[in-house]
Amino acid sequence: MRISPKIEQKLVQVVLYTFTSTAIIILIFILAVIFKNGIPQLSLEFLTRNPADMGREGGILSTIVATIFLTFIALLVATPLGVGTAIYLTEYTVESRVTRIIRFGAECLAGIPSIIFGLFGFILFVNKLGFGWSILSGGLTLAFMVLPTIIRTSEEAIKAVPHAYRLVSFSLGSTRWQSVTRVVLPSALPGIVTGVILSIGRSIGETAVVIFTAGSALRMPTSLFSSSRTMAVHFYILAKEGVSMPKAYGTAAVLVISILIINIVTYYLMEKYIRRKS
Amino acid sequence: MKQVAIRVENLSHFYGSHQSLKNISLEIYRNEILGIIGPAKSGKSTFLACLNRLNDLIPGSRVEGRILVDGEDIYSPEVDVVALRRKLGIVFATPVPLPLTIYENIVYGVRLLGRNNRKELDWIVEDSLEKAGLWNEVKDRLHTSALKLSGGQQQRLCIARVLALKPQFIMLDEPTSGLDPISTMKIEDSLRTLKKDYTIILVTNNTKQAARVADRTAFFLMGELVEIDETPVVFTRPADKRTEDYILGRFG
Repeated sequence: MRISPKIEQKLVQVVLYTFTSTAIIILIFILAVIFKNGIPQLSLEFLTRNPADMGREGGILSTIVATIFLTFIALLVATPLGVGTAIYLTEYTVESRVTRIIRFGAECLAGIPSIIFGLFGFILFVNKLGFGWSILSGGLTLAFMVLPTIIRTSEEAIKAVPHAYRLVSFSLGSTRWQSVTRVVLPSALPGIVTGVILSIGRSIGETAVVIFTAGSALRMPTSLFSSSRTMAVHFYILAKEGVSMPKAYGTAAVLVISILIINIVTYYLMEKYIRRKS
Repeated sequence: MKQVAIRVENLSHFYGSHQSLKNISLEIYRNEILGIIGPAKSGKSTFLACLNRLNDLIPGSRVEGRILVDGEDIYSPEVDVVALRRKLGIVFATPVPLPLTIYENIVYGVRLLGRNNRKELDWIVEDSLEKAGLWNEVKDRLHTSALKLSGGQQQRLCIARVLALKPQFIMLDEPTSGLDPISTMKIEDSLRTLKKDYTIILVTNNTKQAARVADRTAFFLMGELVEIDETPVVFTRPADKRTEDYILGRFG
């Protein structure tokens, strides 16, 4: 039986529209639940005081600080490594078996569950290298977790820079490195930054890796070797062990809002950067 | 009388197994405009790329024979390729301004050398744009994006950018192929002026352009140099039947 094209058209439209709205509805639903339960918990005190009584009382300041430090270290390590790898793969080698193996390796790394990264970090950084449960161990492990994302997005961004720019740069007497730093990277920056933002989001929200490698101490971290608890881990422990659901929702709200703010601010800055360049 | 600036001896070029230039020998004199004409895929652009070794960037590219620039074999191992490319500036068919301001486009090559003196750069920008015939049109917006210029202006910007390098040779690869007649005329005018200080190699798919501006003209066909002579000779009494056919538009 054939359906008339008109009905078919209508039908497809309705089905696809439903699919699309599902994604949006889920997002709105999550935000609604978190904000409904979390926003009432928010206050200046919640943001500026350390947790007390295992998190039942007080705020979440130490977990905010820990989250910032961990993410900062992760990105500090992963960005140069990832962008460097991407530059090597795109600018310094020709496509060959070796580059395909490297790229395949990075893809596989991306597919590894984060809890396995946690275990790896626990064995290597916490035990073998003796960093203990610490911001350093956690940050380094997170760095390896987000590395494939940064490599992949940077590589795509660099590949998208017109070949003619490189040719012009070389013809004006640049070395390969000069053309990379002066033309290729500035043009690829928006794409690279997108990868970094994705990675920030993943680092901030990660729990499995962090529990294994940074521990869950509630103290305010004082050094790279302090064991500490991030917001995501704090939320997990508060909720799972039934310590305090209101505080858990408050933490979740702060987590979600900070990721939103980071996204909005960076995209705004990127937009400005792109407009200035063209 | 005429001083030889570039001597090409038995130059052959290969992309993998495909031979794109076949045993080319010619001389280029100082302060002349050498026009190179020929149909698409005849090896004209490859020839330019061989002269400043931009072909090095293409995997599978291989050169046989010798090219002497000021008597120096540019394929010998001790040659400084970066310096060579500054000496033989090139302007491509499609104008490619870098995504920078007009000013920064011009000084790009100068800054690569680590020369960042503001006064010197200002002077280079004015001088190069003046010579390329663009100064009056852009002097009030040097610090705006070069991507906003029109096609013809972009191409003159590319010429100015090459001039800023203080090259000895300017190679132009079909520089007016995408431009309107007025822009084309402006560029041809600049070339006639520039001839006083530079040696110019002009690849063009427009035979009339070669007739208008070139002192001598070379005709390339399928990787071969068919003939090279004074432009009036090539256009009125070509030695080879194929040249005549091409110029008269019987093929290509």
